[in-house]
Amino acid sequence: MPKIKLPRSSPRLDMTPMVDLAFLLVTFFMLTTKFRAEEPVLVDTPSSIADQIIDKDYILLTVGSKGEVFFSMDNKNSRRSLIDKLDERRKLGLSEKEKNTFAVMGSLGVPFNKLKTLLNLKPDERTKFKQDGIPSDSTDNELNDWIHQARLVNANFRIAVKGDQNVHYKEFQGIVKTLIKNSAHRFNLITNLEAAPNTKK
Amino acid sequence: MAEISSDGGGSHKKVKGKPKGKKMSTHIDMTPMVDLAFLLLTFFMLATSFSRPHAMEVIYPEKPKNDKDIPELPKERALTFLVGKNDKLLYYYGLLDKSTQLENADYSPESIRKIVMDRMVYAKNYSKDHQGLFVMIKATEDARYKNIVDIFDEMNITKAPNYAIMDILPEEKKMLDAK
Repeated sequence: MPKIKLPRSSPRLDMTPMVDLAFLLVTFFMLTTKFRAEEPVLVDTPSSIADQIIDKDYILLTVGSKGEVFFSMDNKNSRRSLIDKLDERRKLGLSEKEKNTFAVMGSLGVPFNKLKTLLNLKPDERTKFKQDGIPSDSTDNELNDWIHQARLVNANFRIAVKGDQNVHYKEFQGIVKTLIKNSAHRFNLITNLEAAPNTKK
Repeated sequence: MAEISSDGGGSHKKVKGKPKGKKMSTHIDMTPMVDLAFLLLTFFMLATSFSRPHAMEVIYPEKPKNDKDIPELPKERALTFLVGKNDKLLYYYGLLDKSTQLENADYSPESIRKIVMDRMVYAKNYSKDHQGLFVMIKATEDARYKNIVDIFDEMNITKAPNYAIMDILPEEKKMLDAK
């Protein structure tokens, strides 16, 4: 009896559908990715059941664990008009190039007199640059200027405060007072989402 | 000699008969391309900010133009939380007077929630105006921000009708330190 010969199948498999899918996903992620803006401090936010999502049209105040305040605003065009206004008001003497740099960068927290230096740094130098936060004490409340001008640019932007868990209430209170002074009574606190407990009994 | 072995490593024996044109395989080795595709895929998947920020809305009351506009709060409706440093949390019912006793609470899920829920029923039933509970949150300067958010969160969970964060009174601060 002759041995049954199994037909020798090629070890290759057709990868075309897999490649199709892979590239489809690549394209999807490439188009939808919005890179997370680099943040000067790591902030460990408290958690809550609140689930509102803020991903556009916001003014973001980040508060680091030592109480240093950082400012950020959504939308390139708004940032551009904001820096124009601030430049005019505070006589910062910024060049067009520096203003454009501001329009595309993330959070920042330096006093006005260091702003020009910060904007002139190369991106990698900027991440290393030690930012101590925007001064918000009563002698010269620069944070007030930031918020006031940002509200003038667009009053409909939502205000979000992203605070570290360990920030003292004093710092938080200071920011709230500044916000209220600018008639922003309604704002948002950024928190980590946690499951809502069942309160029905 | 310079033959491209496209026939899957088959024999080099020439088939006798008709001279055939070289048969090129239609297969292309896609492995490097796939490698690259998956590398990019992984990169973009990781770089995408999946966790969009979640936010809790807080509304601070506007200051009335003159003090007469502030409605009086019946003592049955009042509940005050005092937030101190090192996660210290105390509370008292009603308005502050000499007989006010501070009670201990903590940040465990059952503590604040139970106090507020119980008192909500009481406030509704026993107050003169039958309005809901009014929770006052007062924190000292060295309290942690987390504690404030935790209390706000409990207010949202219990759906407390009114709550506000207020400045701590000197007497309350003294009582908090003493306890």
